[in-house]
Amino acid sequence: MWSDLFFLPFLTGLCLALVLPVLGCFLRLRDEWLAALAYAHVAAAGALLALVGGMPPALGGMAAAALAGAGKPLFSRRLAGGAAFALLLLGGWAIAVLLAANQPLAERLGHSLFDGQLYFSGAVQLALVAPWALFAGAMLLVLSRHLLLARVYPDYFRARQLRIWPVVLGFDLVAALTLALATMTMGVMGGFALVFVPAWIAFRRARSWRNGLLLATMIGLAGYVAAFLLALGLDQPFGPVLALLLIIVGLLIA
Amino acid sequence: MSAVLIRATALVAGWQRPATAPLDFTLESGRILGLTGANGVGKTTLLSALAGRARVFSGALETRPGLRLALQTQDVPPVEGVPLCGRELLALTGAASDGLPPWLVGRLDDRLDRLSGGQRHYLALWAVLRSPANLILLDEPTNNLDAAGVDHLIAALRRLAGSGTGIVVVSHDHEFVEAVCDQVIVLRESADVV
Repeated sequence: MWSDLFFLPFLTGLCLALVLPVLGCFLRLRDEWLAALAYAHVAAAGALLALVGGMPPALGGMAAAALAGAGKPLFSRRLAGGAAFALLLLGGWAIAVLLAANQPLAERLGHSLFDGQLYFSGAVQLALVAPWALFAGAMLLVLSRHLLLARVYPDYFRARQLRIWPVVLGFDLVAALTLALATMTMGVMGGFALVFVPAWIAFRRARSWRNGLLLATMIGLAGYVAAFLLALGLDQPFGPVLALLLIIVGLLIA
Repeated sequence: MSAVLIRATALVAGWQRPATAPLDFTLESGRILGLTGANGVGKTTLLSALAGRARVFSGALETRPGLRLALQTQDVPPVEGVPLCGRELLALTGAASDGLPPWLVGRLDDRLDRLSGGQRHYLALWAVLRSPANLILLDEPTNNLDAAGVDHLIAALRRLAGSGTGIVVVSHDHEFVEAVCDQVIVLRESADVV
């Protein structure tokens, strides 16, 4: 398995397995875990739109997710309580399904986006994912204190005459682009499993925030490696194997 | 020498409409001002106006340039289900842990949602009190506190005032206000308030 054929996909997924659980913790902190599914569907729709329009799908997927992330605050008053993510999810899904139903080329890509295509990742994907994962991890560390303060003391920023919108916008963009890359690398549900389950377990079990981030990362990493080996050994698609493994781990220890 | 931190002149505050009677007061550094009065007279609204949350409808509110505010509201920090421990909470606001009551010192590494309501309230309050600030605004800080907690809070507030911090306290607890405040304003209902 350590030939180039599987080594590059393994490394690409590994980068995502390191950053997605941490992102999941911050999304859960902000009660925005539905964002994982929303941005993934928007990215899928963007990738298909780009394909139909003769542009690189990866560019379309990332542009659509970034647009959704940056545009969300503009409608925050009208779309409070997670409505923004539900509408993005529905809109992304509807556009993706309609494109796939009417364009044979889009249908093939649509299947691979929703089922996951980790084993087809190559050097190009790794060159995109590795530096982004590093950047996203660093950004989350930088934003961490502000995101926690915004949750615990929502009035802190106003009282100190500090602006919160750059923090929120920065986080939304990091979340949207990371999830777009995850969708195009390991599929909608593979990425969602790594965002949701490790963070869910960590929030239930961890003794502290720092401990929670570490626990989520370790669960994500162990689940990813085990799922990769198991799916390869049993000749099964990666996404469902990862999801099932993480569900079992979650039910056992959460 | 004491410096003026806040000067209010015929100040009327509110949210959508005026909710307080016109009020004049001055707060200097190292002083503790108590705002008290019946429910609904606008104590919290006035505090919110000082924090820049509520609107100033008329009059003037001047604050010393570069003032660093710390605000404690009546809302309980939403930490249920979040793996955040007390030590991390203090680090978030830059608050020191020295001076904490003995019944909290040993619980700093526990998750906040595993503490009792009183312990969690005091820790959240402490994170505000000991954050770097020249002016501290407190809204009903004795809620959820037992007698030992109130006594500890009084001593902590007096120490902070002694080091030059200005403090505004909204409270319906008259004994607490009497014990800790240097000046007290009893708010009356405004004739304009509907």
